[in-house]
Amino acid sequence: PEVPKEDGRPKWDNKFQYILSCIGFAVGLGNVWRFPYLCQIHGGGAFLIPYFIALIFEGIPLLHLELALGQCLRKGSIGAWHAISPYLGGVGVASWMVSVLVSLYYNTVLTWVMWYFINSFQEPLPWSICPLNENRTGLNEECYESTAVNYFWYRKTLNITPDVTDSGTLQWWLVLCLATCWAIVYLCTIRGIETTGKAIYVTALFPYLVLTAFLIHGLSLPGAAEGLAYLFTPNLGILKNPRVWLDAATQIFFSLSLAFGGLIAFSSYNPPNNDCEKDAVTVAVVNSITSLYASIPVFSVLGFKAITGYWDCLDRNIISIINEFDLPEESITRQNYTDWIRFLNSSNSEKIAGLKLKSCDLQEFLDQSVSGSGLAFIVFTQAIILMPGSQAWAILFFTMLFSLGLSSMFGNIEGVFTPLLELQIVSKSIPKELLSGIICLVCFLIALCFTLGSGSYWIDIFDSYVGSLPLLVIAFFEVIGVAYVYKIKRFSKDVKRMTGRKLNLYWQLTWRFISPLLLLIVFVAFVTLQIQKPPSYTAWNPKYEHFPMKEQKVYPQWVLAICVLLAALPCIFVPLVALFHLIKRMCRSKDPSSVPPEAFSSQEAD
Amino acid sequence: MLRVLLLTFSVVPIACAELCKPDAQNAFKVRLSIKTALGDNAYAWDANEEYLFKAMMAFAMRRYSSKTTTQISNVLLCNVTDRVSFWFVVTDSSKNMTTVPGSEVEAAIRMNRNRINSAFLLSDKTLQFLKISTTLAPPVEPSTPVWLIVFGVVLSLIVAGIVFLIVSGIQQRKRKNKESTERENLEEKGEVTITIENGIPCETLDLKAGHVNGVFAADDERFSSL
Repeated sequence: PEVPKEDGRPKWDNKFQYILSCIGFAVGLGNVWRFPYLCQIHGGGAFLIPYFIALIFEGIPLLHLELALGQCLRKGSIGAWHAISPYLGGVGVASWMVSVLVSLYYNTVLTWVMWYFINSFQEPLPWSICPLNENRTGLNEECYESTAVNYFWYRKTLNITPDVTDSGTLQWWLVLCLATCWAIVYLCTIRGIETTGKAIYVTALFPYLVLTAFLIHGLSLPGAAEGLAYLFTPNLGILKNPRVWLDAATQIFFSLSLAFGGLIAFSSYNPPNNDCEKDAVTVAVVNSITSLYASIPVFSVLGFKAITGYWDCLDRNIISIINEFDLPEESITRQNYTDWIRFLNSSNSEKIAGLKLKSCDLQEFLDQSVSGSGLAFIVFTQAIILMPGSQAWAILFFTMLFSLGLSSMFGNIEGVFTPLLELQIVSKSIPKELLSGIICLVCFLIALCFTLGSGSYWIDIFDSYVGSLPLLVIAFFEVIGVAYVYKIKRFSKDVKRMTGRKLNLYWQLTWRFISPLLLLIVFVAFVTLQIQKPPSYTAWNPKYEHFPMKEQKVYPQWVLAICVLLAALPCIFVPLVALFHLIKRMCRSKDPSSVPPEAFSSQEAD
Repeated sequence: MLRVLLLTFSVVPIACAELCKPDAQNAFKVRLSIKTALGDNAYAWDANEEYLFKAMMAFAMRRYSSKTTTQISNVLLCNVTDRVSFWFVVTDSSKNMTTVPGSEVEAAIRMNRNRINSAFLLSDKTLQFLKISTTLAPPVEPSTPVWLIVFGVVLSLIVAGIVFLIVSGIQQRKRKNKESTERENLEEKGEVTITIENGIPCETLDLKAGHVNGVFAADDERFSSL
């Protein structure tokens, strides 16, 4: 049984648990499926330059700020920001709101992972073959025209509707998986950090084991060298494109899970004399190294997939030629294919033209870059089918994705849970188990709308509008709030009390000038880019004339309104709460009889 | 006489050659991919293999139509290429210079496809009869989908874990409550020490169960104060 401190606040069993939780929160699905993609499209190794610059001037300072804040004030995000200044209480509320919204859709992504996981126990894997159509004369049409992996993802998993306005029905298999995922989250967060602290040992460390296994296996596959060369070949000219710098800054920012309030919650359970400066640098560096480490197996496997596709293309052409000209088998090999083609073109060009051979270009196969859910559920699953022992690899892969997502969910839920525990609204007599149960149940019920036919379109909307803009705003106000409202001198004294060292020049410069400036630039650039083109999405429509290409559609007005609402809702709390306190102060100053309660006068408030 | 015989003998193969040619009526093209199927164990396609093929076709026709009139000589092969592909027809020995209708041959082959494939150690994909499409095998589907079973296992484990944690939490809370109330009670009566005589607190002795012994009670000064 845990022995709480005198103030009744739970604490971590040991420092390692705390560091693991922060790392687990920061290291998530984005490290596996967003960073390698960005590396690939932004000039390979050259992308690391803006990435590391953003890490040093934006990532580490903001991370240190949040960890120091939580440790010093020993409260969740809402309480902590209220303690900094009542006018900044809105920042905490905004963080809380973002954590709630992100938890909703993030767990639905884990639902998809779980669905694939429980389907990996079959032989053959269900996404490797097309089912037959109704009268058993041929393969299912939608599957035949696209691929079996696409069919399994869009039809058997999502049962996607062709339009975001067409909601479709609840997919019962997804509802079951969603319930299971929320049950798992409840199981692990049932008593706050007491239970997540135990679970994090597994969920934070297991992905590294699987990544290593994939690394070793991936490097042994044919085509791995091509994939890795493609990923890391630096193209320094790309650095002239401002888009690259913007992507690097946003990637660092979202990858470290800043501005969610979860990090503040985690560090608030620390003893006050913990060295938060070292922790911040450790977590940020481990996160970046994990991104790099994950991109190696990902790109080995993608290279393997590309070369297999290329060989398939060649083999199909070879068979057509052999059949047409009745040449002996194995007379044309992949190696002398080009010579043969040249020879036959000169002698029988009409016959060759009649065969309609596809041009096979390895570069084209490597260029098919995907990020996000498409990488995991379409590209990677296709590669796994080609590996020997595909069931085992599929199970390992999806368990790894699930662990990565689950440890991030812990941070999200902690960001929701800890402030609620401290709010006076929630009475002390409610047991923690009940509160976490209520949170999980409410989130599950709301998240049911993501299991509709149009659910994945909505998740893309949430991801683009909630998981991006509000975080930039919150982080900007965080830095400004600590540097200029709370004042760096005061904060410096607090940090010195905790770590025993004065804040050195690097922290002073970045907190005062560099980070806020960078955040402002990123925010403005982000908004400018969003406004430039009308928001559109790609829909999976079997009746589209260019099927299996996805159909480009524009969001209708009411959906756009929801997008704006989602982005604005958390941000609106910042001025709202400030205004509320301003009005309260003015009313109080008008009424001299009332005694102003000095609620949070001292910094040492527990 | 001899010349007539010679003429008939030379006409028959020529006539037979007329029956078997690419795209002839009731002729089928066959394509074998032996190296693809067998790799290093591939056999070479020679006259013996052709003989086996003719025998298999005759066998198929006999099994299908149940009449024992089809002979190996009724099956004619032509245009054998290095690919290993060729055309064949099945002639009808009862009627002169005619071929068995393609539909019958097709049906016969479909019925015996397995046997024909096994004779050559090939499969539907590597021994192709170009005009005869293969029927697709229905997928094997277990009675309960496998994923439901896995799902059931996972869910039951999770529910067991949740129930265990909730119950242990409630027990912990009860224990803590009991301890805290006991501690509270002790703190309230801090000054009054509960003296116990033979396991019974003295207050109850005074009030209920005990009787004061009159012999000793009279002399109060001999008692020391507590």
